[in-house]
Amino acid sequence: MAIVNLKNVTYKYPLTDMPALKGINLRVNKGEFVALIGPNGAGKSTLCYTIAGFVPHFFKGEIAGSVEVAGMMSSESNLHEWVLNVGLAFQNPFNQISGAKYTVFEELAFGLENIGVPRGEMIQRVNDAMELTGISDLADRSPYSLSGGQQQRVALTSILVMQPKVLVLDEPTSQMDPIGTREVFGVIRTMAERGMTVIMAEHKVEWIANFASRVVALHDGEILLDGRPTEVLTSDLLTGKGFPISRYTSVARKAKETGLWEQERLPIKLDEAVGGFKR
Amino acid sequence: MKIEIQDLHFTYPTGIQAVRGVSLTIHPGEQVAIIGQNGAGKTTLVKHLNGLLKPSSGSVQIGDWDTRNHSVARLAGRVGYVFQNPDEQLFSKNVGAEVAFGPRNLGMKAEQVQSQIEDALTMTELSDKTETNPYDLSPTWRKMVALASVIAMNTDIVVFDEPTTGQDAANIARIANAIKLLRERGKTVITITHDIDFCAENFERVIAMSQGQILLDGKANDVLGQEEILTTTYVDPPQLTRLGKRLGFKNTVSNQEEFLAELKKVIER
Repeated sequence: MAIVNLKNVTYKYPLTDMPALKGINLRVNKGEFVALIGPNGAGKSTLCYTIAGFVPHFFKGEIAGSVEVAGMMSSESNLHEWVLNVGLAFQNPFNQISGAKYTVFEELAFGLENIGVPRGEMIQRVNDAMELTGISDLADRSPYSLSGGQQQRVALTSILVMQPKVLVLDEPTSQMDPIGTREVFGVIRTMAERGMTVIMAEHKVEWIANFASRVVALHDGEILLDGRPTEVLTSDLLTGKGFPISRYTSVARKAKETGLWEQERLPIKLDEAVGGFKR
Repeated sequence: MKIEIQDLHFTYPTGIQAVRGVSLTIHPGEQVAIIGQNGAGKTTLVKHLNGLLKPSSGSVQIGDWDTRNHSVARLAGRVGYVFQNPDEQLFSKNVGAEVAFGPRNLGMKAEQVQSQIEDALTMTELSDKTETNPYDLSPTWRKMVALASVIAMNTDIVVFDEPTTGQDAANIARIANAIKLLRERGKTVITITHDIDFCAENFERVIAMSQGQILLDGKANDVLGQEEILTTTYVDPPQLTRLGKRLGFKNTVSNQEEFLAELKKVIER
């Protein structure tokens, strides 16, 4: 049973001529960790907004086709109902922070306050989520005094605390160093293992290769490829179109031309690369 | 123009000692990448180059100028600085005006301003977007506007803070190309980056920082091959460097060309 089901979705932003999404069909099952890849302008963010209900409920514009998430139809719901099931972390964490709260702790409790969660449970949930994402030491800081990477962790935590069924993340680690990136990918995978469904727009292929269960490649508003990471990330269809490609894949593809890569499938991870070169 | 940093210390008003004794010489025309985890002191260090920060102790010389004796406005004629987030530096109504602001402000003649603007727009592939409002462009193109507006000032030294953050593969290639063109013109380029593969492919010298100090400083391959030391500052060597190590290559490799050359050597042996 799919928890996310998009059927033939086409969408145009207001005052634009070209659709940002064209005929998107996407079924995602509970607990999948789906990475969306594609050059800028391919429709990754728009697809994130659509699954999260911001398209069309916030951005307006023209939408065709059907969007169903957690048993609700987007066309028959409003954003208030929608966000109880789906959490979205924006690409720029600055857009996420409410501006109404003085501390990270209050910021994280803001969403729970709005849906009337009892005080004791609220404190517990905020503390648990902060521990999970490793920001307990930031609890009393102002959200605006944080670095970009720290703000991104707060933004992610503010979503996790709501315990959504579907977690939608738009480049959640773009401002983090490698250690931060690794920790956040680890947290997200843990959430997927616990049954949360994760959909994440991301450029960092090395991390996708190691953490995601499925990759959807978007190009010009359409789905170009959809499958297991090893199939999609090594496809020749991705070359020359601005898709991120792992160094392991690129070097093996080059080596294959002269017979120095001996396997049929190209590698996406270090361990796969180690075994395939001629020695 | 030479950069000479001597025993630089910097403490923020909050008491955080961000730089703790850095000495460094960067020669004219060098291409230097600075790596290290968040909080290592990278941005604090480079903000001393254009005088945004002044040393708590020690000194920073840009050519014959000690940064303590010169304003940010004057240093801007010697050191260009591209911020991590382009939205922190863009303010004009169109790309052409944005890119023209810097060189005009340095008091150059009109023809020279014009030629530098055109040059910067070509290098950043923005020539067809001069009439566009920067905020109508995608974040990736806004990044290129930020680059162009600094390149147009034609400074001897250009500093980039995390140029590839959040950029797609096509734009990373564009940024790498702009850096290559700056190198060909003899500019000094200093880049802070977390993107270790980008670092390996575009820089000849690498400085690894940790806790406000220099951990490693040398030729890119010599530094990037030091896996054990880099691990202490949570930096993984480039993907192909790791792969070369696993395959037992004798020499450190960090890009595709070096990797394939070394692979051939191993097979022929």
